[in-house]
Amino acid sequence: MKSHETDILVIGGGAAGMAASLSASKQNKHVTLLERENDTGGVLNQCVHNGFGVQFYQEELTGPEFSTRLHGEMSEQNVEVICESYVRNLDVHEKIAEIFSPQGAYTIKAKSVVLATGARERPFGALLIPGERPSGIFPAGLAQRFVNLENHLPGKKAIILGSGDIGLIMARRLHLEGMKVIGVVERLPYAGGLTRNVVQCLDDFEIPLYLSHTIIEVRGSPRLEAVKMVKVDDSLNPIDGTEKWIEVDTLILSAGLIPHVEDFADEGALDHVNKGFIVSNTGETVYSGIFAAGNNVAIYDLVDYVAAEGWIAGKNAALYAEGNLDKTRHLEIRRGKNVNVLVPNKVTTEEHLRIYLRLKEPIDEGKIIINELGIEKEFKYGVPSEMLQLTVNKKKLSELLHDKDNVTVEVIS
Amino acid sequence: MKGHITCTVCPVGCKIFISDESGEIVIEGNRCERGYEYAMNEVVRPKRTLPTSVKVIGGSLPLVSVKSSKPIDRKRIIDIMKKIKSITVKAPVRIGDVVAEDIDGEGTSLIATRNVKEVHEK
Repeated sequence: MKSHETDILVIGGGAAGMAASLSASKQNKHVTLLERENDTGGVLNQCVHNGFGVQFYQEELTGPEFSTRLHGEMSEQNVEVICESYVRNLDVHEKIAEIFSPQGAYTIKAKSVVLATGARERPFGALLIPGERPSGIFPAGLAQRFVNLENHLPGKKAIILGSGDIGLIMARRLHLEGMKVIGVVERLPYAGGLTRNVVQCLDDFEIPLYLSHTIIEVRGSPRLEAVKMVKVDDSLNPIDGTEKWIEVDTLILSAGLIPHVEDFADEGALDHVNKGFIVSNTGETVYSGIFAAGNNVAIYDLVDYVAAEGWIAGKNAALYAEGNLDKTRHLEIRRGKNVNVLVPNKVTTEEHLRIYLRLKEPIDEGKIIINELGIEKEFKYGVPSEMLQLTVNKKKLSELLHDKDNVTVEVIS
Repeated sequence: MKGHITCTVCPVGCKIFISDESGEIVIEGNRCERGYEYAMNEVVRPKRTLPTSVKVIGGSLPLVSVKSSKPIDRKRIIDIMKKIKSITVKAPVRIGDVVAEDIDGEGTSLIATRNVKEVHEK
């Protein structure tokens, strides 16, 4: 098998991977970017709606515009993009990847690696919904790909299970493309996606949102004919007597995303709450010189966060490749009260600290508290679906962390 | 009219308080000028940017993603979508190209949001 060498190997050409490639190449490093599709951009290419880039580019863009802009900036740098390529295996210690691509099978040895593999959709099979197994059941992202890239409508009459952002966006998209959208069904008492998406995707078009409801059975063969919707109680158990069959030929699932980590890590490299790679504020995973950024670390709300984290990981991967990322102490960042998803899991004084967290429970008014760093940040209308974010300057980190052993992030109301 | 609305201009999603009960429109809680404008429009005539796609002939993709050059009247979106469905363009399309002019009678055009290369059928 042929073998090649590069300074930094980036796996995945979505927003995180492109931003990582861009920042690493700006440090005068040779960057090789591997992408499995025939073009870079990842899920941005099919997200034709607007709302991207407000923070990263200070301008509101659609997904394809964001992706085209990153691609344009990348092509001005020394980035070698290899499309239609798969990584079969990655030796995280030697940093050697085995690759399949149209050019054949070969290995690439890198000085450092950025994993930017994104996330997968939770499939129907994982929801354990009884009934027949008809056609007409689609994860929302797949339906989005059909509608926005391949010009196929998935059906005539749809119901959407799960009120994550993709589900809300697809409710509007299918409605605008002429499908009848019965509603969006959410088992929790609040929506899973951003409030702005509930407003502009559902309220604008009078599409109902059924909170505290779920779907417990599907019927039809070979095509979906109906789903059984039911109310649920506070413990999310179906309430007897509230069942209702709804005739639809399409069920769209927006049941969450799962970080794509399985090909690259064992259990010790993963955070059990985020379900993604454990990373420090430099983006480095538990493996020295292997970095990760984007939705394979945690499921982020905004592509702006993903691109920003990709940028940081790429920059630090370049520093590592030069031997300039000092082996300083990592302090563990722990979860305190009312903190669910939390990024990063470790902190060094080499880089600014950008904390992203998700609440366990909604609260009207609260404070993020990090005692070790003397931080108290107030916020209003906190909901689990909207990440809270704060940044600590690295100068402040070195002043405050030298005599500490760990850091706890908690939220109080 | 009195209450909170969520600003949809950007993903920050400010909770803006609006009221026109005193005969005067009161807007509070927006973190930027665009939020003020959004809230004002919500009271007077709600508008939305419309992102969608248009059929392409002879392109590397069957569709080109597009958006309206400025926000359009929310009530008219469904009608305007019907009109957009009948539009086709020939590849190549460049990002920023005007795909259709004046889709709403108020001078709003449709702008391509991606590049679609021309491909020759074999």
